[in-house]
Amino acid sequence: MQLESKVPAGPLTEKWDKHRAEMKLVNPANKRKFRVIVVGTGLAGASASASLAELGYDVDAFCYQDSARRAHSIAAQGGINAAKNYPNDGDSVWRLFYDTIKGGDYRSREANVYRLAQVSNHIIDQCTAQGVPFAREYGGLLDNRSFGGAQVSRTFYARGQTGQQLLLGAYQALMRQVHLGKVSIYPRSEMLDVVLENGRAVGIVTRNLMTGEVRSWAADAVVLATGGYGNAFYLSTNAKGCNVTAAYRAYKRGAGFANPCFTQIHPTCIPVSGDHQSKLTLMSESLRNDGRVWVSKTTGDKRAPGDIPDDERDYYLERRYPSFGNLVPRDVASRAAKQVCDEGRGVGSSGLGVYLDFRDSINRVGEDGIRQRYGNLFHMYEKITAENPYQVPMRIYPAVHYTMGGVWVDYNLMTTIPGLYAIGEANFSDHGANRLGASALMQGLADGYFVLPYTIGDYIAQAGPSGAKSTDAAFTDVESEVNERTRKLLTRKGKRTPDSFHKELGKIMWDECGMSRNAEGLKQAIQRIPELREEFWESVRVTGAREELNQTLEKAGRVADFLEFGELMCRDALQREESCGGHFREEFQSEEGEALRDDEKFAHASVWEFKGDGAEPALHKEELEFENVTLTTRSYK
Amino acid sequence: MKLTLRIWRQKNAQDKGGLETHQLDDVSPDMSFLEMLDVLNEDLLEKGTEPIAFDHDCREGICGTCSLMIDGVPHGPDRGTTACQLHMRTFKDGDTLTIEPWRAKAFPVVKDLVVDRTSFDRIIQAGGYVSVNTGGAPDANLIPIPKAEADVAMDAAACIGCGACVAACKNASAMLFVAAKAGHLGHLPQGEVEKKARARAMVHQMDEEGFGACTNTYDCEAACPKEISVEFIAELHRDYRKGLFSGR
Ligand SMILES: Cc1cc2nc3c(=O)[nH]c(=O)nc-3n(C[C@H](O)[C@H](O)[C@H](O)COP(=O)(O)OP(=O)(O)OC[C@H]3O[C@@H](n4cnc5c(N)ncnc54)[C@H](O)[C@@H]3O)c2cc1C
Ligand code: FES
Repeated sequence: MQLESKVPAGPLTEKWDKHRAEMKLVNPANKRKFRVIVVGTGLAGASASASLAELGYDVDAFCYQDSARRAHSIAAQGGINAAKNYPNDGDSVWRLFYDTIKGGDYRSREANVYRLAQVSNHIIDQCTAQGVPFAREYGGLLDNRSFGGAQVSRTFYARGQTGQQLLLGAYQALMRQVHLGKVSIYPRSEMLDVVLENGRAVGIVTRNLMTGEVRSWAADAVVLATGGYGNAFYLSTNAKGCNVTAAYRAYKRGAGFANPCFTQIHPTCIPVSGDHQSKLTLMSESLRNDGRVWVSKTTGDKRAPGDIPDDERDYYLERRYPSFGNLVPRDVASRAAKQVCDEGRGVGSSGLGVYLDFRDSINRVGEDGIRQRYGNLFHMYEKITAENPYQVPMRIYPAVHYTMGGVWVDYNLMTTIPGLYAIGEANFSDHGANRLGASALMQGLADGYFVLPYTIGDYIAQAGPSGAKSTDAAFTDVESEVNERTRKLLTRKGKRTPDSFHKELGKIMWDECGMSRNAEGLKQAIQRIPELREEFWESVRVTGAREELNQTLEKAGRVADFLEFGELMCRDALQREESCGGHFREEFQSEEGEALRDDEKFAHASVWEFKGDGAEPALHKEELEFENVTLTTRSYK
Repeated sequence: MKLTLRIWRQKNAQDKGGLETHQLDDVSPDMSFLEMLDVLNEDLLEKGTEPIAFDHDCREGICGTCSLMIDGVPHGPDRGTTACQLHMRTFKDGDTLTIEPWRAKAFPVVKDLVVDRTSFDRIIQAGGYVSVNTGGAPDANLIPIPKAEADVAMDAAACIGCGACVAACKNASAMLFVAAKAGHLGHLPQGEVEKKARARAMVHQMDEEGFGACTNTYDCEAACPKEISVEFIAELHRDYRKGLFSGR
């Protein structure tokens, strides 16, 4: 496997401009002769599809939801970063770049991150032009707030629904192109494999979730914008349908998979309430602007929070990290919460929770001021817990939220398979070992609006038409494989439900590959997961038929992939003998329990190559070169 | 708590369908409504019976996928709440609940509780956007927008496209959905330019799709999980009329 990053030469600040100037272009009249498949209609996919269609390409867009507008990006609450420096507090493209590289614990590629910061400002302009109703100040200009890991206010937001508003902007642009006949949209379609001819990606195979029809689609390039794989843990803040299937199938066809163990555990989620729990709900990080995190100083303190006087409270983030306080990055905040709970100071009936308290802010700006900022989040919290957070502090606990790992891509966002691209959360590119808040929306839209539409043109101009037809043997072969797998799932007739396997896998992943990891536990998981997988293929029960809407079948297919992919995550976590960002190896920590990175041995992306079912995957390394920043120990103290 | 569920089962669009009764003996008040259905479905599957098909994804009240008629009320009895955010503590031990899909000609049933809402997408395709391409947008702060006006746009933009308004309406009208989109864009200078044409195109498509006419009964507002105001409907009527006469 060749890992050529294709980062252009020249000074960091000029790379992207220079690269754009040197790219080959496709003649405008010829663009309509090319077809691009985009799988996914989240921020990344919808923005890419719309932009490609505007340029003149024919686009086929797919998603598994019943409407493109429902992609998981819709759930993002807090905001989107940009280096506008509207508040005049010293922000710049450089600072956004630096914060993102540092926040990622120096495990991302400088050139990609710099480009991300560069295009960030265009995103805000573009979205505003589309009619995204960003929050405004009384003077009519755009408002900003702060997010973790930054000391400037650079986060744009739309109440607590930033994701939905940005997605509606992209979705509307996409619908406009459908109207103009440039995009064909296929909702309730699940991509089950990618098809290669002569080593080049030339199409996909999908299952129509309404009719069960398995079908091939040919194109000149294929883009995966299929989101993250946090649901490997079963419980996460992701939507129920989020899956690794598309990315994993690409991996099995030869695309390198980078840093699968890099997952983000978000510090502020509503704690688990029982075995029936089907998903976890995030309380936006923006709440940490005004909420203070604390637990009692004494272990096993059963008093109601209001009865614990201030001097008996431990505002542990403010104590340990005085300069960032409650706004330390997510990985740091999550681990700190786990530590106090491990010490027996956790709150709530399970003891797995800490307080996020708004008392002081309510005293400062009044209940209405807080309602203005976070009304819908408070409402949601009350719905779920039946507690009023204006009166009693919220209880929160970390939960799986985002995956920094993903399909390996070069500077052009192309995977190791020519003609196959990965954008948005599905790729690994910009967030290293930890993502800063409000940066995923930025990255998805940067990739889709401002990067991919250029780089894909460069490829198409050079590679020319694929010439592939959906009736080619390459397609029919893959279709047969897909059908055979479905047949297998439907004929097991065992006793256990797909969900029961998913829950069991999730528990293994959370215990051994979650907030903290160690060699022994990971080795156990690597042994246990294949056993569970075997059991799955022997005794999973899937009812219903292939040629109809069959949600059990859909679930079983996704769980089957998680059961393979989970093992890869554990392997990756085991070989990375350091602690960095969201990856905390217990063996590698300082005396105060802070992460110990090892830049000598691990300043690289770990990229896995599939070597066949049952065979060990091969590990490749993309060394990360830092020419513009000095690697320092991340300190938020 | 114990519950009796009467649930709509329908094999496919052609099937006539009917209600099926299930008993649940151990429902926790902390469960969400959908988690309660999960428990039932796991049970059915273990017995080898086909689980009940229902739509859902985010389970946070934002994606608009869940779409259940609970005792004749879209999303159930809690105001301003989607079915996925509805918790079982709302109900009492011993209750009998009837669960059905959205009913509207423009939302045909696919299976059990799942309906086809692509008609909403086609309404947006007809004109629910600002016609700008990627690139070349002016600085976002070039046009100041009064906060009050931006807030109204945001109130309308909160629509999650679930279709509860249609399900609640005796005429199965999609007027609140259309009005919310038109109101969101129409209250912003960026969207104002195409306001009349947009109103005309979207209303026309709504009729094409077989949604009914709006007779101002306002059941839509009461059912809307995002509590979108019917005032947007009045605005839409105005813009629509202007659109017809100005021909723009
Ligand atoms: C609760 C929550 C809150 C968040 N808040 C923020 C925030 O405030 N700021 C921020 O920057 N980030 C936030 N994030 C992260 C951010 O929302 C996501 O990383 C980002 O939206 C992902 O966008 P995407 O386009 O890559 O993928 P998604 O939006 O997940 O879209 C994936 C698309 O792929 C499709 N798809 C997937 N698999 C298949 C398949 N096999 N076949 C066909 N289609 C498929 C889906 O249908 C969907 O259309 C949040 C995340 C969560 C979970
Ligand atoms: S499942 Fe997303 S709104 Fe209910």
